[in-house]
Amino acid sequence: MIPELGHFALALALGFALLLAFVPIAGTYTGRVVWMRSGGSLAAGMFAFLLLSYICLTYAFLADDFSVAYVAQNSNSLLPIHYKFSAVWGAHEGSFLLWTLIMAGWTVAVALRSQGLPLDMLARVLGVMGLISIGFILFMLLTSNPFDRLLPMSPADGSDLNPQLQDFGLIVHPPMLYVGYVGFSVAFAFAIAALMSGRLDAAWARWSRPWTNVAWAFLTVGIALGSWWAYYELGWGGWWFWDAVENASFMPWLVGTALIHSLAVTEKRGVFRSWTVLLAIATFSLVLLGAFIVRSGVLTSVHSFAVDPERGFYIMVFLLLVVGGSLALYALRAPVMRADANYDGLSREVMLLVNNVLLVVATAAVLLGTLYPLIYEAMTGGDKLSVGPPYFNAVFVPLMLLLLIAMAAGPLARWKRTSFDELWRQLARIAVVSVALGVVLPLMFAGALDLWAVVGVSVAFWIVLSLIQDTLSRVAHKGDWSSRLAAVPKLGAGYLGMWVAHFGIAVSVIGISMVVVYSDERDVRMMPGDTVEVGGWDFRFDGIRQVDGPNWSADEGIITVLKNGRERMTLLPQKRHYPVRGMIMTQAAINPRLTRDLYVALGEPLGGQAWAVRVHYKPFVRWIWLGALLMALGGVMAAVDRRYRRLAERAAQRRESVAGNLAEGTS
Amino acid sequence: MPWGSKRKSSRMHPKRKQRLLVIGVLVGGVGLTTALVLNALNENINLFYPPDQIVAGMAPVDQRIRAGGVVVEGSVFRETGSMMVSFLISDLDGSEVPVTFEGILPNLFGEGQGIVANGRLGADGVFVASEVLAKHDENYMPAELAAMRGRKPPMGNEVDSGSNGYSAGG
Repeated sequence: MIPELGHFALALALGFALLLAFVPIAGTYTGRVVWMRSGGSLAAGMFAFLLLSYICLTYAFLADDFSVAYVAQNSNSLLPIHYKFSAVWGAHEGSFLLWTLIMAGWTVAVALRSQGLPLDMLARVLGVMGLISIGFILFMLLTSNPFDRLLPMSPADGSDLNPQLQDFGLIVHPPMLYVGYVGFSVAFAFAIAALMSGRLDAAWARWSRPWTNVAWAFLTVGIALGSWWAYYELGWGGWWFWDAVENASFMPWLVGTALIHSLAVTEKRGVFRSWTVLLAIATFSLVLLGAFIVRSGVLTSVHSFAVDPERGFYIMVFLLLVVGGSLALYALRAPVMRADANYDGLSREVMLLVNNVLLVVATAAVLLGTLYPLIYEAMTGGDKLSVGPPYFNAVFVPLMLLLLIAMAAGPLARWKRTSFDELWRQLARIAVVSVALGVVLPLMFAGALDLWAVVGVSVAFWIVLSLIQDTLSRVAHKGDWSSRLAAVPKLGAGYLGMWVAHFGIAVSVIGISMVVVYSDERDVRMMPGDTVEVGGWDFRFDGIRQVDGPNWSADEGIITVLKNGRERMTLLPQKRHYPVRGMIMTQAAINPRLTRDLYVALGEPLGGQAWAVRVHYKPFVRWIWLGALLMALGGVMAAVDRRYRRLAERAAQRRESVAGNLAEGTS
Repeated sequence: MPWGSKRKSSRMHPKRKQRLLVIGVLVGGVGLTTALVLNALNENINLFYPPDQIVAGMAPVDQRIRAGGVVVEGSVFRETGSMMVSFLISDLDGSEVPVTFEGILPNLFGEGQGIVANGRLGADGVFVASEVLAKHDENYMPAELAAMRGRKPPMGNEVDSGSNGYSAGG
């Protein structure tokens, strides 16, 4: 009964989405204020019924209702209760329900937080989000209904949640990622609404900036969580594989990064408007393309859901409608909006243009590498190939290096015009100091020099020092040091957010270069008593013991770690066996520190008492994710800048007085 | 003010000239990048060969390629004293290719499981794998292998827990 209620709620949500897509926008054409105002309540209705639907599915999991096919495939009566909550988004159908619910959540958020928006603009934005929601809900009802029953032959017990998903990282990774993905629909809706109205002005950019920043921050955290999860859960010690599904999340992130910078130029200077609109369209299109890659299973990946041509076809059609529709609208409307460019060959505008070009080219390169297997298969009539990580590294790293170098100069450059001499005067010293640090620090840490470590650390300091330089010059007019320091918080949340995010990039860059260059890894065969040295630490294998969990049993390796002959810690990696699915899982044992991880994973038993053991020494690997968290924090800081709220309040006041005048005029 | 002086001396409208320069640099940069990207792509693709093509000698020797198939029951052999392992992969249609690999096999590797391996084919017909991939969902078949045979996901309690050739004693 409850699953049918969930299914029914889903259908009702579709009804609300249809109304939401039609009524408010129709109101803007017919001038009916009531129709335009209906967006908020329709969005709330859609959200309420999706939430109900979601609760019904959760209930089916908690009640072990294995007559529901999705529950039977992804749960088991022995599954710990917290995993029953997270199993709801453990596979395709449920995760898409969560995705759609989050979409409705964003729609409601926009309705609630947009008092400053002109009524017709809000109506259009909500209408566009309603249109997108139709696509999502319909997709679920037509191809991926999570409430399908297995009747009358329902199984006695479920086939369990994929053990790899029975983990904290996988509980939080998909929701974060989805909030980010779907959040870009807000930027998209604002862009489409602006195109519809022809009012593609600074105000439009100002409205969309905070939303885009928040979506970007969530996507950043989501990607970082995925990387962290892959690191400790897959047991290979890798943190990025250039896998098709990783790329699917990374491409919207790259273009989204370009978008938040381009929006800044459009808001502050009124230029790049058409380009910004295109980026907003591109970002959301890449989100949908990502959904296509992940959910159709057309590309071989460690993450993808099972192959399903029907779902792939549906998303492809939806993607083409969204891209085609928005580009057609763009072609119709864009020529109307001419920007009066007023900037020089060297200015902050141009620096941000460089940022945009590099990010878009990098995205295009990743896109090509990701889709090339499909293109090749289509061209040759069925031959298959894969594109290896060396391609992505060869293309991506040089582009990012250019971007990072430009990143230091960007904040220092002024709007409209900046003189090369002035920039150079500020940067020359920084260049020298950062290269010196880039040589000295890796040398001190590892006692050996490597070109990439020098490059990475130098570039990171190049960015950090230029940020400090920029802040100092901004507060230089304050007299003494204490009042200068006191002036820093007054630079504004927007500026400080940029500072923190850029600082986060530098932190990640240090992490990436150190871990790539100085990692040490050994796959060894170990008998009890054997010792292996990795990264200056000795790992002694003390044998295997049996341990049992609620729905698994495991072989647990006992590894004693020694430094200079003294026992320092014991690591307990596990090889877990989940009987319901008959699956084996590696549970790596990690000793994390700020400057290094010690990482041990069990391979397989090699006969007798010997085991294959994988031992890693990973310097600075935490910095990669720490940097990502700083980036996300920066994005959120910039989004809560009081400026946006003040502007919204002022606009709301203005609108009220206008509405008052109108009311007087019509009565 | 270097920009000011240029502005007066040029005949073309300075803004247009500047924009032309920017566009020129952009086009040049994008062109160069495209060339580099395509070159990198060309050098880093791994073509997939199913067992029958490898047996028929259609796969290039000593080039990075991808091979895939189902691990033949009873063919997995581990050398004692090292990390070397060898096994046969089959297309379940009569063609089998011997594979060697040194290192730790993925969790889902097992007899009767579909795998994909990156590596090089030796002149002796043995595929030397540098990486072995098995998928982390046992219902999932790599796209390359899906064409070889239809495979229904196991449902409910039909799961055969012994099928992966390894059982944790517990």
